[in-house]
Amino acid sequence: MPVATASQTIGPYWHLIEHAEMADLTRFGPGEEMGERITVTGRITDGAGAPVSDAAVEIWQASPPPDDRFPGYGRCATDGEGRFRFVTLRPEPVPGLGNQTQAPHLSIVLLARGLMTALRTRLYFAGEALNETDPLLASIEDPAERATLVAQPAGPGTWTLDIRLQGEGETVFLEV
Amino acid sequence: MSDPVPFRPFVAGTQPPLDHAAYGSTHLRHPKRALRRLPQTVSETTGPHFAPALFPAIGDLTKQAAGAPLGERIIVGGRVTDEDGRPVPNTMIEVWQANAAGRYAHPRDTHDAPADPNFPGEGRVFTDADGHYRFVSIKPGAYPWRNHHNAWRPVHIHFSLFGSGFAQRLITQMYFPGDPLLALDPIYHGVADAGARDRLVSRFDLDLTEPEWALGYRFDIVLRGRGATPFEDGGHH
Ligand SMILES: [Fe+3]
Repeated sequence: MPVATASQTIGPYWHLIEHAEMADLTRFGPGEEMGERITVTGRITDGAGAPVSDAAVEIWQASPPPDDRFPGYGRCATDGEGRFRFVTLRPEPVPGLGNQTQAPHLSIVLLARGLMTALRTRLYFAGEALNETDPLLASIEDPAERATLVAQPAGPGTWTLDIRLQGEGETVFLEV
Repeated sequence: MSDPVPFRPFVAGTQPPLDHAAYGSTHLRHPKRALRRLPQTVSETTGPHFAPALFPAIGDLTKQAAGAPLGERIIVGGRVTDEDGRPVPNTMIEVWQANAAGRYAHPRDTHDAPADPNFPGEGRVFTDADGHYRFVSIKPGAYPWRNHHNAWRPVHIHFSLFGSGFAQRLITQMYFPGDPLLALDPIYHGVADAGARDRLVSRFDLDLTEPEWALGYRFDIVLRGRGATPFEDGGHH
């Protein structure tokens, strides 16, 4: 039986496929009824606290359901300070396994020089009541670890979440 | 509502680790804590929607500027399937690569090799209904990197694939047959399984070659399959 092709690093020069507009998931003009426009920002640092300035940050959301005007996917290059910024539609809750409901969240994939495979995490939204019962969040016992997945409000319609690849305050990364 | 069918775990040894001592850039970038296992939900088993009209194909990397890029013209093609041998149709593939001299059209690439204004080095194609893809380019050059003394990357083309669910997201590199640098490359050797490494190397393919015009290289790509394998059903894989 065939075996899945091996991952290799995206390297330092992946920007050849970068298009800044890909960080705006609303650029194709989804209808107002599809959801609230939000901005999501953050900063990525490494094990020495240095900014990760060459990363590709990707978000994917199953909600609102993607269509021709809303790909559900965005990509952003980190800047010299390791910062990223997306504009998207606020996700709704989505089904979990069995009868569970998952709190609104974005799936995040990080790709960079030095990452041989994609790093995966999620971004949830502070203040969302469903966070209390979300299967992933509820499974993380340490509140400090759980907090690494929860973006905080940072102005009207804006949420921010910093990502630490390694060491103090290390983000919870996921294997799927 | 029934649960979505998850993608199978990777076969041991066929994917590189995040911590790989021989590749210096992993030292400060790999998590120290074990990854947390997340059961796959709709967030992992479904994926982006790329309307082809909004993500226009770039199927010929030699026609992206006023003139023709320097270098040996090549045709790269293959088939994207999953681990059950099913084709992955209509999926977007992004590619990028250095020019024939081993330099990227990238501001951070300071390698002392000539730039080629006729080669931006970006491609984007979609697989057809049967999983096949094809693009035209030039053969990239090897380039030095500072990982260790006298470190050179083997000739490669970078690939990005999406598949049908976000858990299938794959970034990889296609190598060329017979490259002496493969034996020395810590990124290639980050994959422990020799067979998995070998499958990253494209094959020269006379059927893809166009007479009097360009050599062909075949690179087949396999994305994760869905559902349990018979081994895993038995619980003794
Ligand atoms: Fe490269």
